Order: sequence, then structure tokens, then C-alpha cells
Amino acid sequence: MTPAIASVGLTPYLVVSAALLVLGVFGIFLNRKNVIIILMSMELILLSANLNFVAFSSAHNDLSGQIMVLFVLTIAAAEAAIGLAIVTTYFRNRGSIQVEDVTMMKG
Amino acid sequence: MLPQLVFYLFSTVLLISAVMVISARNPVHSVLFLIVAFFNAAGLFLVAGAEFLAMLLVIVYVGAVAVLFLFVVMMLDIDFTKLREGLQQHAAIGVCFGVVLFAELLVAVGNWHMSSVSVTRLSGAPGQTNTAALGDLIYTHYILLFQGCGLILLVAMIGAIVLTLRPVGSGRRQIIDKQHARVPSETLEMIDAPLGVGVISQGGFLRPHTSYHETSVPDSYASGGQIEADKKEKDV
Repeated sequence: MTPAIASVGLTPYLVVSAALLVLGVFGIFLNRKNVIIILMSMELILLSANLNFVAFSSAHNDLSGQIMVLFVLTIAAAEAAIGLAIVTTYFRNRGSIQVEDVTMMKG
Repeated sequence: MLPQLVFYLFSTVLLISAVMVISARNPVHSVLFLIVAFFNAAGLFLVAGAEFLAMLLVIVYVGAVAVLFLFVVMMLDIDFTKLREGLQQHAAIGVCFGVVLFAELLVAVGNWHMSSVSVTRLSGAPGQTNTAALGDLIYTHYILLFQGCGLILLVAMIGAIVLTLRPVGSGRRQIIDKQHARVPSETLEMIDAPLGVGVISQGGFLRPHTSYHETSVPDSYASGGQIEADKKEKDV
């Protein structure tokens, strides 16, 4: 353990990460119509996963977790770029970003 | 004591700004609170001793992803108040799910233990900085995954470009062959212009003998009517 996390302990990190995950899930429920806020909530969920990775990596003195965070960051950036591109295209075609309108794509 | 203080400060602000992200009325405020959340998460990373990832979070997330969100939110002309209608009817279900999920996670946090099986820890050499140790691992153990990351980013970049590219046709385009085949004598002409005489009294600007419309892709420069008008003018 590095000295700083040794004095804080692992459990507070896990609790904060759990709270962040719950907030992200709750955000998806709360803003069911707005795709952009849903994407932001997904970023929060990924951030909570990253926090867990870093906390465990630091507590067990194993750098693999931090490298996994690097990969999660890559995936999150790619996901945000593609998601926002889809939102832009969808808005250009339909003039709205309401999630409920997407069901009209069904035949 | 100081690390604890810093930890609780960062985590409190992180959770408050996460609440603001999902509850702000204006999506622009949501994005700004997301930036605050990322800064505080970077602070938590620092407390945990992951300096490189903390800086990466600030650069990649605050510098790129959040700004991308900001651009999209500001670019799309959306009536966001309409999107918030019927918010309360989902909130109750969300709270139920959230409470259950959080309780489950707390149970999990309280009851886990490390396996007694010992594994090799990939920790850096003593005295090595976090960045150097990560670099050593990324370019040796995880080189294939790292290359895969690059591939994923390439695919994401191409995908985003393909998705948002407008169909070509609005720009002014030339037929390259015709344009290259033009010679100066077709278009240029030497004229002895008298000094001190205006262009208007000389009959206006000189038109090229062959119009540039002849080298343009049909309908890409101007409307057809404009081209017809040019041709008539030339015939006269």
C-alpha cells in the first residue's frame, strides 16, 4: 500500500465508487428522454469502475489495475465519440433527441 | 490525517457534482458539473497514488470528452424543457432501483476478502515513478492490448466521421480532367488598358472566353439558370 491510501483505507474508496455507480444508474432512470444526459450517466458509471480499479491496484500494489483503467478510458472515449456522432446524425434526421422517438424506427 | 481530509473533500465534491450532473435543468450545467466530477476523481486518483492516470483523466476527459459533450449540447438546438416532462413518474422506480443496488453494493463491500492464493504482483521497481512503471508494463506485458486500444480509437474516429459526414454535393467542385486540360490561351488575354480610365467605361469586367462552368461538376457551382444566362451572354 502506498502511504496515502493506507491512511484512508480501501473501504471508503469502494463506498464512494458504489455511490457513484448508483448515481449513474439513477441518472439513466431520471433522464430517460435525454440521450445526452444518459451518455453522461454512462461516463459516471465508467468513472466509478475506474475508481475501483485504481483503489484496488493501489491497495494491493499491483499496477495491472491502473493499466486496465487506461483501457477503460480508451473505450469510454471511443464510446462517447460514437454516441455523440449518432446523436448528431439522429438530430439532423429527426429534429429531436427524444429516446422514445427511436421506437418509430420499427417497421 | 491530511490524506483522509483530502480524500473526504474530493469525494464529497465528486458525489455532489455527480448529483448535479443528473439533476441539472440545463444540460450545459450538467456538462460543467461532469467536468468538476472528473477533476475530483483525478484528485482521488492522486490520493491513491496513481499520478499518471490522474493527469490522463484531466487531459483526456476534461480536455477532450467533456468538451465534445459541450459542443454537441450547444450545437443541437433542442428544447430541453420538453425532454424533462414526465420526470417524476420514473424517479420513484429509479430511487427503488438505486436504493436496492446501493444496499447490495454495501453488502458486497462489507463482506469481501482476498483469496489466499498468491499471485505475482506487477508492481514497479522500488524508487520508480508511477508513470515510468506504467510505461514499463504497457510496452511489455500489455503491448498487444495497447495496440488494440489504438485500433479501437481508429475505428471510433472513422466511425464518427462516417456517421456525421454530410452527403457531398453542396460544395463547389471541378471536373479535374477538364480543369487540367485548360491552357492559358483559352482563358487569358492581354489587353492594353489605358491609364486613368475606369473599368466601367471599358464595358465592365472581362469574361473568360470559356466559362468556368464548363469545368465544373454539373449543378455544383450555381443554378442551371445562371449557366444558361452566361451562355446567352457569350452568344450575344
